[in-house]
Amino acid sequence: MVNFGFSISRPRAIDIDRNNLRKSNEIIGEMPELQACIGCGSCTASCTAGNLTEFNFRKVHTLVRRGEYQGAYEEMNKCMLCGKCRLVCPRGINTRGIVMLIKRKLGDF
Amino acid sequence: MKHVIVIGGGVAGMQCASELLKEGVKVTLLEKEQNTGGKLRNWYKLFPTYTPAEEVLSALRHKLTGAKNLTIKTGSEATAITPKKVTLSSGEELDCDAAVIATGFTLFDARIKEEYGYGIYDNVITSADLEQMFTRGEVRLKNGGKPKRIAILHCVGSRDEKVCQRHCSKVCCVTGVKQAIELKHLFPEATVFNFYMDIRMFGPGYEEMYREAQTQYNVHFVRGRISEVSPTFDDKLQIKAEDTLTGRPLKMGVDMLVLLVGMKANDLNSDLVEKSFLKQQPSGFMQPRNSFLGNVESNVGGIFYAGAVTAPKNVGESLNEGTAAARAAIEWLARK
Repeated sequence: MVNFGFSISRPRAIDIDRNNLRKSNEIIGEMPELQACIGCGSCTASCTAGNLTEFNFRKVHTLVRRGEYQGAYEEMNKCMLCGKCRLVCPRGINTRGIVMLIKRKLGDF
Repeated sequence: MKHVIVIGGGVAGMQCASELLKEGVKVTLLEKEQNTGGKLRNWYKLFPTYTPAEEVLSALRHKLTGAKNLTIKTGSEATAITPKKVTLSSGEELDCDAAVIATGFTLFDARIKEEYGYGIYDNVITSADLEQMFTRGEVRLKNGGKPKRIAILHCVGSRDEKVCQRHCSKVCCVTGVKQAIELKHLFPEATVFNFYMDIRMFGPGYEEMYREAQTQYNVHFVRGRISEVSPTFDDKLQIKAEDTLTGRPLKMGVDMLVLLVGMKANDLNSDLVEKSFLKQQPSGFMQPRNSFLGNVESNVGGIFYAGAVTAPKNVGESLNEGTAAARAAIEWLARK
């Protein structure tokens, strides 16, 4: 077939109706404190891995909560578990625990 | 005997009247509706303690019951106010020694934000509608069903230049959190999403309530404003927003959409500027003499303010201003 160079983009929207929220609900169910995140970005600002790579903990866990799991496991693998984010979180979220939980739940994604 | 006319029979006006009566002042309380109580009459419970609104109202009414020097005129609106005389809509003129304006606010008409479909789609309701549903004990969809997914939208008619409401209405954020929790009590299986621009939890116990909604009731908070609402073939409402914390557009179908309507300044406030030489703020609310040392006084000696006529306020603040305005009026009468 002749390739005319056209392609169809996948919709970028997060579609809550289509996403399977089972894993997300399990994660929130195990560590409800994750919902207390107010998106301040202290974790990402202090993140050792985030200073060297594209890793953004706040964004990844927010996407996971919305049922967007694609690539979340690989992203969380960038975390070096230094724990600085946990020291700075104003909502007292056990961020390192969240990293481990997401990796455990989404290892097969 | 000195005579003070209190215009507005809501919480601020009732509190002010009762404080004036204690000091042996003759009071006339004007209320444009047929009953005293103001906006609180249509409210179910108050944040952050879930105190029934009726409890506050009946305590206030109790203070005024049987007061010898009190005249309550319901169904009467003031058309002109001076420190010496108040004219009623009936044409009647009442002489006085001071006047307190406690006329409160107007609820923002959600139909103006047409993109949210209030008055167009079933199951788009306002926070005020929801309070009445709570009072009646009938929180249901139009078809009688239970909602499975509910969205609550903050800042409808607040912080929005497009509808000439630049100010923050202050109490809607807390109301949104309170209503989310109340809905989760009624429908534990339902998912509740709050869409907000900023969350403002300004009072004692409010921030705690917010965290409780997040971690104990699993209410989802999405930072992003709903851009539009449209109906789906299966009788749901499709909503679109940006999930700004992930930088991605977001959409979902919901069964019910609650619009947290803001506080708008009364249209009649401009009359006060024209006829009584009072000052108005750019927001439309009245301008107190001084934001710190004269916040219940107007720029005209003998005319005072109490409650949400000068800015959006919660019930506690309005009650305090009722007391403060009474105190300021009494000092004014003593000086005269």
